[in-house]
Amino acid sequence: MRRISPKITQALAVTLLGAATLLTVIVLVFIIVFVLAKGLPGVTWEFLSSVPKDMGKAGGILPTLAGTVLLPLFAIAIALPLGVGTAVYLTEYTRETRFTRALRFGTDCLAGIPSIIFGLFGFIFFVVMLKMGWCLLSGALTLAIMVLPTIIRTSEEAIRAVPNAYREVSFSLGATRWETVLKVILPNALPGIVTGVMLGIGRSIGETAAVIFTAGSSLRMPMSVFDSVRTMSVHFYILAREGISNENAYATAAVLIITVLVVNLAAYGLMHRFIAKRSK
Amino acid sequence: MKINCEKIAKCLLTAVAFSALLSLLLIAIFIFKEGFPFMLKVGVSDFLFSSAWNPQMGQFGIFPMIVASLYVTFGAMLIGAPLGVAGAIFMNEFLPRPAMRIIKPTIELLAGIPSVVFGFLGVMVLAPLIRNHMGGPGLSILAASVILGVMVLPTVISISTDAIGAVPHSYRDGALALGATRWQSVHMVTLKAARSGIIASIILAMGRALGETMAVIMVAGNTVKIPHAVTDPVRTLTANIALEMSNATGMAREALFATGVVLFVVIMILNAIALSVMKSRGGRR
Repeated sequence: MRRISPKITQALAVTLLGAATLLTVIVLVFIIVFVLAKGLPGVTWEFLSSVPKDMGKAGGILPTLAGTVLLPLFAIAIALPLGVGTAVYLTEYTRETRFTRALRFGTDCLAGIPSIIFGLFGFIFFVVMLKMGWCLLSGALTLAIMVLPTIIRTSEEAIRAVPNAYREVSFSLGATRWETVLKVILPNALPGIVTGVMLGIGRSIGETAAVIFTAGSSLRMPMSVFDSVRTMSVHFYILAREGISNENAYATAAVLIITVLVVNLAAYGLMHRFIAKRSK
Repeated sequence: MKINCEKIAKCLLTAVAFSALLSLLLIAIFIFKEGFPFMLKVGVSDFLFSSAWNPQMGQFGIFPMIVASLYVTFGAMLIGAPLGVAGAIFMNEFLPRPAMRIIKPTIELLAGIPSVVFGFLGVMVLAPLIRNHMGGPGLSILAASVILGVMVLPTVISISTDAIGAVPHSYRDGALALGATRWQSVHMVTLKAARSGIIASIILAMGRALGETMAVIMVAGNTVKIPHAVTDPVRTLTANIALEMSNATGMAREALFATGVVLFVVIMILNAIALSVMKSRGGRR
């Protein structure tokens, strides 16, 4: 048996690997183009600014826009201090010990838990046990726990990327550790922290399973944090799954995809500028 | 007053640092508290290995759902793992830097597309294709596997890319200097060195596929039956929870939490394996 020449295997490998990569990119582009092509014609100002009629068969998506803005906002407001605080503690206030390893392990495990489990937990803990009912606050608390690992990790990386010289200068000027954290480290790590926030917002906007069992799916405009809300993702899911209106489902999906892409692009843009600035 | 402020800050930060671990424990405790007593009441082996699921009649066997979750996850890996690893290798080793700088973020954006959108596309595009060309209802193991396979691509690609990128350049240069072709240096040297990271990425992707809910509900068909062909509709563990959650009370609700316990335990095991595989790589270097 003759060995196949390395040149041929090389050409073969490059072709196959390249084809696989191309396929991945094509699938991505197809998904986005398909949804936008089907959905964008239905996205009018009226669609965005009017309330749904007939369970969403007609009318617009205004209350779900409110839900999509409010829910991630509250979730981040809860998760941000916890996440950044954890990151500051892990980087500035302690050395690697068994305790910090346990904290990191907990964070990593939390990141791997599927959203339906968050939904179950949020339902039994916030909705049933704390008697909050299906509401904005229950949903926001559940989402906050879900995005916490993302915020901890990105903040930790951002804080670690602040050069040690900055800390030394600050200490040599007589600043305490806390003053150094507040006035030197956090401002310098800010773009990295904002990246984590944007990724968290992106994930919250796209989330369905954890939201539908904690924030409910009321189509009314939320007036307080104890009102049930419906986000665009949940609205889209209900429209599509119950076959209420494919046309409105596509239009909602188009708005949803554009929102998520803009948020994620902003996050990546910030991250790359941050990395470029640091590596100078 | 300065010193006081320092002490308060340190205490607060220490307390806050517990938030993630505490949340994890709370989640574990509450899921187990609701689900585990039920499992003991019905009998663990009856619950796991009986095929009769009929909450109204007091029959709680989740075996068909376990089988369905396994098939769908395995199918997703058959599609997602080779494609993802191939993409990671190609981008790292064969693509010029500027092209990689465009393609990698583009693929990472795939991770941001909400799972319900994937599910909807599965229903509108993939299911009719399967129905017309392979028979069956279209909503099936195959449809769910393809959709999940695509959904886990970003996980596989981004973690594998990091693992391959972390292989020191001297390894590659050494192989090339010995007269290896680019591909020989990749599969004989780089892939061996990055093996644990790649394996970790696949295990984490398995966890994601197993835990995915909304996309699967939309494309898997949701019939509680042990499947015999890839075109048969199935109901996964996650779909079972989400489908019946809205109108379940009493025993039926406890059964759903017990399903959650099974899911939680399996995913924690997968995560622990992936984390330890990634760590062992760090230890050896």
